[in-house]
Amino acid sequence: MIRFLVRRVLQGLLVIWFITLILFATFYIAPSNVAQTLGGRQATPQTIALINQRLGLDRPLYEQYLSFVGNALRGDLGYDYYKQIPVTQVIAEALPKTLSIAIGAAIIWLIIGVTNGVLSATRPRSFLDRGLTVFALFFYSMPTFLLGLLLLFFLYFQLTLAGVKIFPAGGFVPFSASPGQWLLHMILPWITVALVSAAAYTRLTRTSMLEVLGEDYIRTARSKGLSERRVVLRHGLRSGLTPVVTQFGIDVAGLVGGVIVTEQVFSIDGLGRTSVTAITQQDQPVIIGIALLGTVAVVVANILVDIAYAFLDPRVRLN
Amino acid sequence: MPLLEVDDLHVSFGTPDGVVRAVRGVSFSVDRGRTLGIVGESGSGKSVATQTIVGLTRGARVSGRATLDGENLLGADPDTLRRIRGAKIGMIFQDPLSSLHPYYKVGWQIVEMIRAHERGTSKSAARQRAVDLLDAVGIPSPRTRIDNYPHEFSGGMRQRVMIAMAMALNPAVLVADEPTTALDVTVQAQVLDVMRDLQREFGTAIILITHDLGVVADMADEVVVMYGGQVMERAERRDLFYRHHHPYTEGLLNSLPTSGRRGKLTPIAGTPPSMITPPPGCPFEPRCVHAMDRCREKPPTVEIPGGGPHTSACWLPVERAQRTKAEAS
Repeated sequence: MIRFLVRRVLQGLLVIWFITLILFATFYIAPSNVAQTLGGRQATPQTIALINQRLGLDRPLYEQYLSFVGNALRGDLGYDYYKQIPVTQVIAEALPKTLSIAIGAAIIWLIIGVTNGVLSATRPRSFLDRGLTVFALFFYSMPTFLLGLLLLFFLYFQLTLAGVKIFPAGGFVPFSASPGQWLLHMILPWITVALVSAAAYTRLTRTSMLEVLGEDYIRTARSKGLSERRVVLRHGLRSGLTPVVTQFGIDVAGLVGGVIVTEQVFSIDGLGRTSVTAITQQDQPVIIGIALLGTVAVVVANILVDIAYAFLDPRVRLN
Repeated sequence: MPLLEVDDLHVSFGTPDGVVRAVRGVSFSVDRGRTLGIVGESGSGKSVATQTIVGLTRGARVSGRATLDGENLLGADPDTLRRIRGAKIGMIFQDPLSSLHPYYKVGWQIVEMIRAHERGTSKSAARQRAVDLLDAVGIPSPRTRIDNYPHEFSGGMRQRVMIAMAMALNPAVLVADEPTTALDVTVQAQVLDVMRDLQREFGTAIILITHDLGVVADMADEVVVMYGGQVMERAERRDLFYRHHHPYTEGLLNSLPTSGRRGKLTPIAGTPPSMITPPPGCPFEPRCVHAMDRCREKPPTVEIPGGGPHTSACWLPVERAQRTKAEAS
């Protein structure tokens, strides 16, 4: 187990290093006009050269890369070109917003998806199963931005017009400032992200459970005279959840890099919205910082999923 | 009255291809301390028949009669059947690796079985009983093995665990569905011994489903030969091997290697019939070397005299059974 983990962590570090190379190549090789933007239209070539020098953009690419890696290893991701604050601080401000959306939505979609999947799998080809399949296909094919806008239109705009003001139009209130307001601001983004994923998880759980419920050990469980509820939940779901857990770990990690569309629709300055702004402004340190965070999250999630496997399936522990 | 009695059992399943008539009018019975062998090839309906009487064939259309100790099984509500499963009728299956849950320790699986039927039993008491059961089926150092997972046992040991679990509540009937098919030949005999010992100790009735006539010769008191969802022949073990009447039974015996006999084995030509459109008469008619026009009608149930209770579903003259006896001696 320890040897396995060490190997996985080393592999992960290799992946992260490789991603920094690609990120650097993508965002620094292209000609930059950051200095022009910062200097304004009136800037003389001298001013621009000075700005480039101060930002370190005049140095050879490999030197820039090496100093980036060196600083990153010390926890310094550079400065936001425009706000003149450390990228780590930019991330620290945006991350709680993204995490609020991601974690809340993940819990909702996991509960809806697994419940629906189990209901479908235990009554295959029934009216309920077909209904849930239609639900799944409907939301699975619905673009996130459309779902978000529809929610805003009906639950914010129409309700407010009707004099019932429950949900805000968007924005973010920290949990520490007001848990109630935080919740109200989060509900619509959560539903937006969760419904699309819940659809996918319904299908995933259904397929997995249908396979498991056909296993010999389920027949054994029934032959033992256990209640059907216990057969399905204790014996079936225990095995059926394994592929769901894998997917869940990776999906949640994917969201940590930013819930781009949903943050945009609900005007929440999370990592997604911040990185979109950074890309339009060619704010390389911010782009690379957020992308790096997303990479680390996915790598860590993969290792956590592997560890979770060992806890879920005793056969993995020995190998 | 026999302990478990099944009379004129019919089971069919609706499938997209049509109605599969898996069991068509099967009757058998078994008594305390006795072993009934049900023999037949894959798809003959032998597993479906036994799983139906305990309510394990979901979505099937069932008719006929089945009673355990006078209690009706086929019409019983699901909760009554659930209480009978495990407590009064224990079951073991072909592949002990896939039949035990891979994620739970074997002790946990046995304790779960006990506590599902005996709410009042404490966990520690159930665990002690699980240790005793593992000991009884011959698992060495059961006190430590109880905390092992199924994959940490060998095939034979796993099947012993399955037997221990199925016998945990001292059921009146043990249904063993191909219990030795997935095991090495040397291990097969050991597992059968374990079953026989438990039967002697507790007086359990055993229904042994198999396609292996060697296992039948070793274990069964009475034998039912099934083909195409119907009973072809039903006889005491001795009569089946030495005075069989039905050509299908004969075919099975001829495809069995015996020590001392020379020459090639004779397999039965052809393949089993479709269970969606079974032959109108005898299901074996299309493959039978003795087939005649009459065989396309519903076959009779002929009493074969001169031995134990013995019936055969074949038009051939009953003297045929005497002839095979003469050949055998």
